[in-house]
Amino acid sequence: MTNLVEVNGLNIRFTGERTVHAVNDLSFALGEGEVLGLLGESGSGKSVTLRALMRLLPRKRTQISGSVRVLGRDVLALDEEELSAFRGQTVSMIFQEPALALDPVYTIGAQIAETVMRHEGKNHTDAMARALEMLEVVRIPSAKRRLEAYPHEMSGGMRQRAMIALALSCKPKILLADEPTTALDATVQIQILLLLRELQREFGMSVIFVTHDIGVAIEICDRVAVMYAGEIVEQGTLKHIVRSPIHPYAKGLLASTVHGARRGQRLETIPGTPPSLDRAPVSCSFAPRCAFAEARCIEQLPPNVRVGPDRIARCILAERRVIAAAT
Amino acid sequence: MNDISAPVDMLEPIEDRGGAAQPLLQVNGLTKHFPVRGDLFSRRKTVRAVDDVSFSIAKGETVGIVGESGCGKSTTARLLMHLMTRDSGEIIYDGMQVGRALSLRELRRGMQMVFQDSYASLNPRLTIEESIAFGPKVHGMTDAASRVLARELLGKVGLRPENFANRYPHEISGGQRQRVNIARALALSPRLVILDEAVSALDKSVEAQVLNLLVDLKREFGLTYLFISHDLNVVRYISDRVLVMYLGEVVELGPVDRVWDAPAHPYTRALLAAMPSSDPDHRTETPPISGDPPNPIDPPAGCRFHTRCPFAEPLCANATPKLTALDRLGHQAACYMAIPGSGHSRAPAKQGDTA
Repeated sequence: MTNLVEVNGLNIRFTGERTVHAVNDLSFALGEGEVLGLLGESGSGKSVTLRALMRLLPRKRTQISGSVRVLGRDVLALDEEELSAFRGQTVSMIFQEPALALDPVYTIGAQIAETVMRHEGKNHTDAMARALEMLEVVRIPSAKRRLEAYPHEMSGGMRQRAMIALALSCKPKILLADEPTTALDATVQIQILLLLRELQREFGMSVIFVTHDIGVAIEICDRVAVMYAGEIVEQGTLKHIVRSPIHPYAKGLLASTVHGARRGQRLETIPGTPPSLDRAPVSCSFAPRCAFAEARCIEQLPPNVRVGPDRIARCILAERRVIAAAT
Repeated sequence: MNDISAPVDMLEPIEDRGGAAQPLLQVNGLTKHFPVRGDLFSRRKTVRAVDDVSFSIAKGETVGIVGESGCGKSTTARLLMHLMTRDSGEIIYDGMQVGRALSLRELRRGMQMVFQDSYASLNPRLTIEESIAFGPKVHGMTDAASRVLARELLGKVGLRPENFANRYPHEISGGQRQRVNIARALALSPRLVILDEAVSALDKSVEAQVLNLLVDLKREFGLTYLFISHDLNVVRYISDRVLVMYLGEVVELGPVDRVWDAPAHPYTRALLAAMPSSDPDHRTETPPISGDPPNPIDPPAGCRFHTRCPFAEPLCANATPKLTALDRLGHQAACYMAIPGSGHSRAPAKQGDTA
């Protein structure tokens, strides 16, 4: 399996009144036809990572170091012109709030057609035909009529479908999804998730799916990277992460979901709050909240341990596990 | 500061009148319609936000309300708090009609609310201590006593007063702010607390902390909760009984386990089936229902769910099914399939008087 995306040692700082170390020493890869979930709570750096892949972060206030390679190209070195060809055609993105992501003054059809004309050099008639085809692909009922609709005339679920149609209109290799179902009602969320799963297979796309909801990750991801304080603390296959997490944060996050908890039974929680990100980490970021923390965790950065063929955890517990398995 | 060692005064709660058997809150036929302007020549339209909703909350109980956006759950909460005026219906607090036997001022003391947006519901110009002390002061407590109470309550919600009392809302995290809102609600010694999506904006690990806190406070202060949420897992965890709402109407209600294990309304079944799976080997394969919830402006006639219901028959579009008891545990559903002899092909046959 070749990797479409390779991120190595990615650091992202926001500068300004105060410095925020949003992403710290991040490394991951995305294989062909794979759905990778970035799972984490607010402020863990998952959306920032996603935006960095498309270079959507504000240039003046952001310092990025490390390497981001997409299809072998160095994304951080692309100039403006290359970027605008890259966005939409190679990599495309869908957002949490389609009402904000779509342009309110153009019809859905016009917005999709514009993208197709810009990237594929098609004429208006062909582009509108593609727009119609895309609306049918995402199963918008009476698609022909909806081409003429403005975003505000559609319901939340329909708007999200329209945004997916727009993102996929130039058949990108990679789709970045930033919590696309979070703002939707439960009965609509599951429809959109199933649609994305189907389209991913149909188009043979690779997807990076950002979510805070483990249930959503279970429905769509093949692999999961759990993020905390701008770092990936554990990554592996969905089943491994869900069934036998190694990192205490990943464990805590899974245990604290209310799924199946009975009344009267206390919910497991992670005590404390995430660290402020005003300094680059010099020790384990989770140590102050961790029940297994030792002196070493507070003194130095935790080891990034390869636990299995496709599994990495950033914790001394993982190291111990590997040693125990070797003896 | 004055002597901290003095016993902490709390406002006297509104006294219990009817005893344990009388519901703390009785709601009959609650209705709220919002007129919306149609197009220039079309007739006036109405959002039937809450339509003939009746339920009761027993003392010490936690009642959950679930439903999707636009189903009227938040409007119901606002009507109960008298934050907006109802079109019709009765709200009876412990046997007392609000506005007659019980003044609005007293009701606000007996019933408090925690909102979803923890930041918008605190005054940004007041310190946390001042925010919590504000209510008791309005109700006649001295400044010093109310500040002592505020600090005491901060401790109860797990925030150390010495660290938090003098901070402003923007200086603390969302989970901490929601704890402050809970303390603020408790400052008036309410017996009923309405939690409107109070944990929905929080991260999962923080949500679990706040839910544990709510359970503890309920026990310590003998509270009754009305818990509104779109998250079915959370509602199941915290509630004794649950109401399922769809487009302004209650379609099913009953003990939470009965409703979850044997949902009688197809909408409840769809909601439950729409929850993401928790098992990677058993992902959801087909969506339980298609389409979005319809616009609550001029909702469909008859059963409002019939436009999305896989079992809809002609009679469903003609008249609205009434909430009907399914057992003696208080499980009720408003669906012709659950009403014996209703004429729906899937309805149970009419039984004797024992049904």
